[in-house]
Amino acid sequence: MTKPTYRGGTPKIIALGAEAALIKHTFLGMPAVYKVRLPKPYRDPKLDLRLRSERTATEAKIIHDLRLAGLPVPALYYVSLSEGLIVMEYVEGDLLRDLINRRVSGYVDLVRELGKVIALMHGLGVVHGDITTSNVVVREGTPYVIDFGLAKYSNELEDVGVDVHLFIRAVESTHYDVMEEVIIAFFEGYASIAGEERVKEIKEKVREIRLRGRYVEERRQKRNK
Amino acid sequence: MIILGIESTAHTFGVGIVKDEPEYILADVRAKYVPEKGGIHPREASLYFMREAPRVIAEALQSAGLSMNDVDGIAVALGPGMGPCLRVGATVARALSVYFNKPLIPVNHAVAHIEIGKLITGARDPLIVYLSGGNTIIAAFVAGRYRIFGETLDMPLGNFMDTFVREVGLAPPYVVKGMHQLDKCAEESKEKKILNLPYVVKGQDVSFSGLLTAALRLVRSGKAKLEDVCYTVREIAYSAIIEVSERGLAHTGKKEVLLVGGVAASSVLRSKFEAMAALRGVDVKVVPPKYAGDNGVMIAWTGLLAFKHGITVEPERAYVRQRWKLDQADVPWGDP
Ligand SMILES: Nc1ncnc2c1ncn2[C@@H]1O[C@H](COP(=O)(O)OP(=O)(O)OP(=O)(O)O)[C@@H](O)[C@H]1O
Ligand SMILES: Nc1ncnc2c1ncn2[C@@H]1O[C@H](COP(=O)(O)OP(=O)(O)O)[C@@H](O)[C@H]1O
Ligand SMILES: [Mg+2]
Ligand SMILES: [Mg+2]
Repeated sequence: MTKPTYRGGTPKIIALGAEAALIKHTFLGMPAVYKVRLPKPYRDPKLDLRLRSERTATEAKIIHDLRLAGLPVPALYYVSLSEGLIVMEYVEGDLLRDLINRRVSGYVDLVRELGKVIALMHGLGVVHGDITTSNVVVREGTPYVIDFGLAKYSNELEDVGVDVHLFIRAVESTHYDVMEEVIIAFFEGYASIAGEERVKEIKEKVREIRLRGRYVEERRQKRNK
Repeated sequence: MIILGIESTAHTFGVGIVKDEPEYILADVRAKYVPEKGGIHPREASLYFMREAPRVIAEALQSAGLSMNDVDGIAVALGPGMGPCLRVGATVARALSVYFNKPLIPVNHAVAHIEIGKLITGARDPLIVYLSGGNTIIAAFVAGRYRIFGETLDMPLGNFMDTFVREVGLAPPYVVKGMHQLDKCAEESKEKKILNLPYVVKGQDVSFSGLLTAALRLVRSGKAKLEDVCYTVREIAYSAIIEVSERGLAHTGKKEVLLVGGVAASSVLRSKFEAMAALRGVDVKVVPPKYAGDNGVMIAWTGLLAFKHGITVEPERAYVRQRWKLDQADVPWGDP
């Protein structure tokens, strides 16, 4: 039996994430990822359409802008809002998550590099909204940041703080056994771009954010009023 | 083995007695503090607890047909919760432990909500979605602890829903015949309109304070029908919770979802969870309302699991911990 052959290979599902299906294929001969945000049966159809097209537009716009600013993100090839589709450059490499889990030598340096990229991104007024080690693909020692559907333009310390909080929490739940060194390396990289003062400010904000959703006495008192 | 457990973290002073074999639950007595008006005043609640404690303990023993001599250990919720309330439970438990010479077992209240859910639903290794007035947490057991994958950045879901319906004049009461006023009001929306209100998910976290402010402003402006605002608010809030839960499932690879906490009683929320779960081929399990709220049984049961793993505390060192986070509690029995 002969397998069907396409120029550029067979389309292959690389991930069925919570939000989207990701298919590896080619686009005008270049290796590409097709990211499709699928409808969710549990959402009101109008809300569903709104969220899918908003996020598709956001992701496309922001990776495009960051790419033009010289940051390591996939190049944007094509967008269709009505289909919830983005076609982008395929970044050949490993997820930072897997590299950390395999303890490949130099994983701490990669996290430090990621800290730099995130500091540069924040410096350009973009917050990612979902920084995790699954949203970083490492190609030839460079951490490429992906998955910008929850990103937005903001210079607010609050939003930057939430972004960093999300990263720390993801590390705590996924890489709990090496979380200290990972978090330290991230801040080292971040500080080398943004400065120690800024990092202090951000850490303070993160502390404050982390106390909020918690079991706070005052909140329980207000509740039954 | 028989364990007596004491709950006093917030509004309920509860005593439960459990056994390590069926029928497991031997006694469940609760005294619920209901403020005359306004919210919970921790000090008043604690005074109420002090008055009620002797009676609740005596009734629990009596309904189980046991005396203190039959009990193998005293479990107590040392946190998280309100300081004055927690201190009543801790003081009573320390006294019982010293006087009757029984081991004292420290229990984390949030862990207890999960353990009773597992016992009753038979869930083994679920993604836990804990939705109550005081908590909104997505967690899963990984390597010795319940790790937090997502939570709220500001208000818990139940608090958000209660505040909204109260502010627009639909409550109290918040829940009528098992249906929350927000669900009731939303069902009245004929057109099922989705108004322009903010949907906020950040990573695996949700945020409701912006939605609350915007929704109340919209109602007060008179530019939209109340039932359409209710519908939009309900759809946004529930969808956000399901979305972060789905991310939690994708991330952890767990095959069951366990819903715990008071908001899990919403049938609308449950059917949305079922639609999501069907898509991913996972099961949804829900703690029945009786054990969703605070109670002493869950503390006793968790205490029993802990005691079997040698966890005890010296009475003089049994301090309360108001902010004892779920992921700071060791769960050596948690391996599925
Ligand atoms: N049928 C229902 N549908 C939706 N929400 C409900 C329903 N029944 C109760 N609730 C909500 O559940 C919440 C109370 O939950 P619960 O008693 O578990 O929490 P708590 O004791 O206040 O907090 P915690 O135990 O986490 O400290 C309230 O916000 C209430 O409105
Ligand atoms: N441009 C890309 N190049 C290579 N792999 C990618 C690319 N985009 C996504 N992936 C892979 O697909 C996975 C899911 O993609 P992502 O955009 O993060 O979607 P989701 O929102 O579902 O997490 C990533 O973790 C990564 O493994
Ligand atoms: Mg992703
Ligand atoms: Mg509770």
